[in-house]
Amino acid sequence: MNLTLHVWRQKGPNDPGRFETYPATGISEHMSFLEMLDTVNEKLEAEGKEPIVFEHDCREGICGCCGFMIDGKAHGGQHKTTVCQLHMRSFKDGDELTLEPWRAQAFPVIKDLMVDRSAFDRIIQSGGYVSVRSGSPQDANAILIGKEVADRAFDAAACIGCGACVASCPNAAAMLFTGAKITHLGVLPQGAPERFRRVQAMTTQMDMEGFGYCTNHGECSAYCPKGISLDVIARMNQDLLLAQVVTRDEVRREGGE
Amino acid sequence: MILESKAPKGDIQTAWDRHKFDVKMVNPANKRKYTVIVVGTGLAGASAAASLGELGYNVLNFAFQDSARRAHSIAAQGGINAAKNYQGDGDSIYRLFYDTVKGGDFRAREENVYRLAQVSVNIIDQAVAQGVPFAREYGGLLANRSFGGALVSRTFYAQGQTGQQLLIGAYQALMRQVNDGKVKLFTRTEMLDLVIQDGHARGIITRNLVSGKVERWVADAVVLATGGYSNVFFLSTNAMGCNVTSTWRAARRGALFANPCYTQIHPTCIPVSGGYQSKLTLMSESLRNDGRVWAPKNPADGWDSSKGKVGKDPRQIPEAERDYFLERRYPTFGNLVPRDVASRAAKKACDDGQGIAYEGRGVYLDFGDAIQRLGKDAVGERYGNLFEMYERITGDSPYETPMRIYPAPHYTMGGLWVDYNLQSNVPGLFVIGEANFSDHGANRLGASALMQGLSDGYFVLPYTIGHYLAQVGPRGKSTEWDSFKQVEGEVTERTDKLMSIKGKRSVDSFHRELGLLMWEHCGMARNAKGLSLLLQEIPRIRAEFWENVSVPGTPGELNQVLERAGRVADFLEFAEMMALDALEREESCGGHFREEHQSAEGEAERDDEKFQYVAAWEFKGVGVRPELHKEALDFRYVKPSKRSYK
Repeated sequence: MNLTLHVWRQKGPNDPGRFETYPATGISEHMSFLEMLDTVNEKLEAEGKEPIVFEHDCREGICGCCGFMIDGKAHGGQHKTTVCQLHMRSFKDGDELTLEPWRAQAFPVIKDLMVDRSAFDRIIQSGGYVSVRSGSPQDANAILIGKEVADRAFDAAACIGCGACVASCPNAAAMLFTGAKITHLGVLPQGAPERFRRVQAMTTQMDMEGFGYCTNHGECSAYCPKGISLDVIARMNQDLLLAQVVTRDEVRREGGE
Repeated sequence: MILESKAPKGDIQTAWDRHKFDVKMVNPANKRKYTVIVVGTGLAGASAAASLGELGYNVLNFAFQDSARRAHSIAAQGGINAAKNYQGDGDSIYRLFYDTVKGGDFRAREENVYRLAQVSVNIIDQAVAQGVPFAREYGGLLANRSFGGALVSRTFYAQGQTGQQLLIGAYQALMRQVNDGKVKLFTRTEMLDLVIQDGHARGIITRNLVSGKVERWVADAVVLATGGYSNVFFLSTNAMGCNVTSTWRAARRGALFANPCYTQIHPTCIPVSGGYQSKLTLMSESLRNDGRVWAPKNPADGWDSSKGKVGKDPRQIPEAERDYFLERRYPTFGNLVPRDVASRAAKKACDDGQGIAYEGRGVYLDFGDAIQRLGKDAVGERYGNLFEMYERITGDSPYETPMRIYPAPHYTMGGLWVDYNLQSNVPGLFVIGEANFSDHGANRLGASALMQGLSDGYFVLPYTIGHYLAQVGPRGKSTEWDSFKQVEGEVTERTDKLMSIKGKRSVDSFHRELGLLMWEHCGMARNAKGLSLLLQEIPRIRAEFWENVSVPGTPGELNQVLERAGRVADFLEFAEMMALDALEREESCGGHFREEHQSAEGEAERDDEKFQYVAAWEFKGVGVRPELHKEALDFRYVKPSKRSYK
C-alpha cells in the first residue's frame, strides 16, 4: 500500500521546526510502523538526504525508547501497544498520517521526532529506589510478601518510561510515571522505610522539571502502552498527604521545630 | 603469549572465598583517589557502576541510549537461575555448576562456572532487597519454575519481564549513586576507542551523539559491559543499537577476542515476513512446555514461493500428514530438547523442503493439543501475554491457528578473553557480562544470562578490580598524554573518512548483505566450504563499503546514519575473525555445529582431544590473519561426556 506522511522536522531545540511531506510507497501490511519509516529513510539516505530522526532500540515494546504522536495519538493509539509494535495492517492504502514528537515543556525536542526525556531519570534519582548496598542482604524468602501485594507492585513496575503519559496529558503531567514508581516501591515492605521521604522528594523534582498537574483526564493511562492504572496517581497523592503528617511528626521527635 | 586463567588452585568449593581473601584491597580512604570508567548500563554495567560507586570509587559511566534504563538486558523474558533450592527438589550449587558446565558442552572454565553458581543465590537476595517484584506464591514465598529442560525448578521470574525488572533494580541502584555524586553518568555517549598508556588501559574516546563532539576520558581502569555481537547477522533478537564496536576497538588495541564463533540461536522466534525486516522477536522458550513443533510431511503443503503463501492451511492438514520432528527424533526430551538441538532440527526440516512461512523458513508450534487437554483458559493463563504479543506482530491468534516459529540469533557466548578476575590480557581492562567470553562455554542455558551479568557486576568485579588498583596504586591522570591525542586523531580521521565517501548505498544495505551471508554460512550449521567463501566475501563487502557507502549530514550534529555506519564498519572487520574461528574449530560443540563433524544420525560430534581449549585471537591488522592463542581447559570435577537427548 501507499501512504503519505506529514512529518515534523526540526534541526535542534532552537529551530522553529516545520512539517514536511513524504510518500511511503510499496508498504507491506506485515511491516511494523518503524520498518515503514526505515524504508522511507533508506530512500532518503540513498539520495544523500537526511533521514527522519526517531528514537528506537529493542523494537519489542519493552525498552521504552520509541514513541511519537501519530495523528495526535501517542504511539498511534492502539491499545497497550508501543509504536514499534504497531503494524501497518492497522492502516489502509491512501492514508495520510501526521507524525509529531512528544510535546511537553519538560521534554525539549532534540531533533525531528526525538525528545530529551532526562527529566524522568532525574525524578528517579531524587528517590526512586530502595537504599540498599550490594553485598549480603538477608535471604530473599525472609521477607514474605503476599501475592496480591507482589502483583500490585509488579503492575506498577511494568512502566517502561517512554513518556506517552506526559505526551497524552493535556497538562503534560508526569504523575502516572512518578506515581508508578512510588506505588511499586511504596507498597513493598522493602520500600516502606523511605516511603514518605521518597514521595516528597520525587514529587518536588517532578514539579521542578516543569511537568503540569493532574486534572483527572485519564489520557495518560488510556495511552500507556503498559496499561498502568490511574490508581497509582491516587496512591501517590495519598502518600503525599500522609507524608506531610508523618514527616512533621518525625522531625518533632528529633527535636526540630 | 601464555594465557593464565589465574584461577585459584585446589578445592573448587572454597576457591572463590580463598581468592577474595588473597586479593589485595584498597584502603577505604584511598578509594576516592581512583576513577573507573564503566561502558554500558545493562545488567552488568549498571550493577558494576552502582557497586563501585557504593564502595567509594569515582565512576564514569557511559550509555549510548538516552537513559541507563534502556540497555538491552531489559528484553530478557524468561527468568534468572539461582541455586536456592527453595522448592526442595534437590538443587544445589554443585548441581547448577554441573548443569552449566555440561550445558556449555565442556568449553567453559570450571572455576568461573562454580563461582557463578555460588554467587547466584546472592543475586536473588540482592534483587529482592532492592524491591524487584519477582513472582510469588499466595503464602508470600518466591515462586520458581523449571526452564529450558532443567530437572529442577530454580528459575525466578517476573511474568515475562524478568530482564526488565532486574535491570530497573540495577538502574535504580545506579541512579542512587548518581544522586550521591559517586557516579557520573553520560547518556547518548558512545565509546569509539580505547586508550592504552604504558601498556595499561587508561581511558576511552567517546562521541557525544547529540552534539557530535569527540571527547577524551582518563581513568585508573576501564570496564567494558557492552553486550554481545548477534547483530553481525543483521537480523537478530538484539536491539537495533547492539554492536561490537567497543569490544572490537579493544581487540584492535591488543585485547584478545575469545571463541567468536560461539553464538546462540534461539529456536522460538517469529519468522521473517519480508525483505524489509529490521529485527526478529523472540517468543519465550517456555512455549515449548506445551506447544508441539511440527512441519508438513508433504512439501506441497509448505511454502509456495510462486504464490507467496503456504500450500495448505495448517488446520486442514490431518495428523497423519504432520511431521512432529522433535518428538520423532528425540523421543525422551521431545519438544524440550536444548536450544541448539531444537534450532538445528527446525533448520533441517526447512532445508528438506518442509518449511512454512516466508521463503519456507519456519515451522509450526501448535497449541491445539494443549487447548484440548487443558482448556483455552488454562493455556491463556500460562501463555496469554505471549499469544497477545504474537498476534500483535503477525495478526494471527495462536488460539485459532498454529504459531509460526523459526530460530534466530539471540546471544553470543564469545567475547573478549578474561581471566578469573575478569581482566583481559590488557592490564586495567576488565570485561563483564555478555561482552566477555563468559562462563557459558559453547552454549548458554536458559535463564543464565541475567545471572552472569549481575554476578559479574554486583559480586565479582567490585572485589577483583580492587586487586588491580591496589597493585598499581594511585597514578597521575591526564587527557593530554600523547596516547590520547593519537587515538582521538584516529577516531576523527575515521569519522571524516566515512563522511567523505558520499557513495550510493545505504549503511543498512551493507549490513543486510553481510548479515545474510553470515547467517547462511556461519549460522546454525557451518562447513568449510561456506566459511571459506565467507572469508573471501567479507573483505569484498568491506572494500565496497569504504568506497560506496552514503552517510548524509555532518559529523558535528546528531547523525544516526553516522552512528550506524561506524558500527557496521566494525562488524565488517569482526565478522572475518568470527568466520575464521568457526573454520579452525573442526568439531561440533554447543552452538557451533560443523556439518563435517556429525554422527550418522546427524548429532554433533565434539573433539575433546584436539579442541578442548579456548581460542583467543590476537588482532594483527585489517585483512591480516589474526594469531591464535590457546587456553587449555581442564575438567577436574565434571568429566566431559557426550550430550545426548535421545
